[in-house]
Amino acid sequence: MRKPEFIYVSYIETTPERLWEALTSSDFTKRYWWNTSVVSDWKVGSPFSLLLNGQTTDVGEILEADRPRRLSYSFHHILNEAARKERPSRVTFVIEPHGKLVKLTLTHHDFAEDSVVIDGISKGWPAIMSSLKSMLETGAPLVIPLDALFIAELDEVYRS
Amino acid sequence: MKSDNFKPAIIYTIYIASTLDKVWQALTTAEFSRKYFSGLAVEAELKVGGAFIVRTPDGSVHIGGEVIECDPPRRLTITWNVNWPGLIEKLGPTLVTYEIEQAGGAVKLTQIQSHDRPIDDDILSGGRQGWPAILSSLKSVLETGEALVIKMEPPQRMLAALKKMGIATP
Repeated sequence: MRKPEFIYVSYIETTPERLWEALTSSDFTKRYWWNTSVVSDWKVGSPFSLLLNGQTTDVGEILEADRPRRLSYSFHHILNEAARKERPSRVTFVIEPHGKLVKLTLTHHDFAEDSVVIDGISKGWPAIMSSLKSMLETGAPLVIPLDALFIAELDEVYRS
Repeated sequence: MKSDNFKPAIIYTIYIASTLDKVWQALTTAEFSRKYFSGLAVEAELKVGGAFIVRTPDGSVHIGGEVIECDPPRRLTITWNVNWPGLIEKLGPTLVTYEIEQAGGAVKLTQIQSHDRPIDDDILSGGRQGWPAILSSLKSVLETGEALVIKMEPPQRMLAALKKMGIATP
């Protein structure tokens, strides 16, 4: 059987540089990603973490950083106990100019066997990527409550 | 037609700042589809058993189908058969479902392409390439009023696979 992977392609009216900034700057991510901060110096080998309202949800390491074309990090969800026990997966963004637009390809792959995070990330990424596109094209992110996505790993966040 | 034996092969979810009704209209009327779907005109007779047709700008039928489920503005299932000689005989019918739901202040649109038999990845590459472009542009039309101009190369991998099966492609 083929290894599971999650691929999401989006076409956005923006520039590769703005899109890179939107993926790597907390000023942007806090607006379209449920007040999530992205913390890293974006150098290969450096640590990476996602903080939701100040609470660390995911950690990893920068594996590739070729601004503004390609960004890859390992991804280890640490909030939920079952997810914390499995080895990290990997997230890769590929940014390509496409005429006057930008084609963004997100691949979340290299999951542990029987990974418990696939369900959650498959629900989360389309909402995050949709809100990112709205923010870059209209100036306003989407208003999607996190609990509308029913991500089991974030139960604790929903309750708090 | 029974749709129970169809399995999802491609699923794409996109969230849009819009209303359920507007997303439904965008999916089912030529006025909208011409903007975001490479100039193609969607004509849907919105009742079970009604005709579903997608025409090229010269008026010829590109996709022919039938409405299988129709629950405006929440759910539409149609057969989506590209009008290439031999295609339906060799691949069977293609089913497309749109689910439209409210998600807070946004609308969640889920598009599902299903088949009643295993379909080769080379052939599915056409839909995997096409749907994100079509639905990215649909989202932009609804949010900004302007469609995206997405210049797509022909889906070479899919066309080569279809040709190998003896399906006549343009």
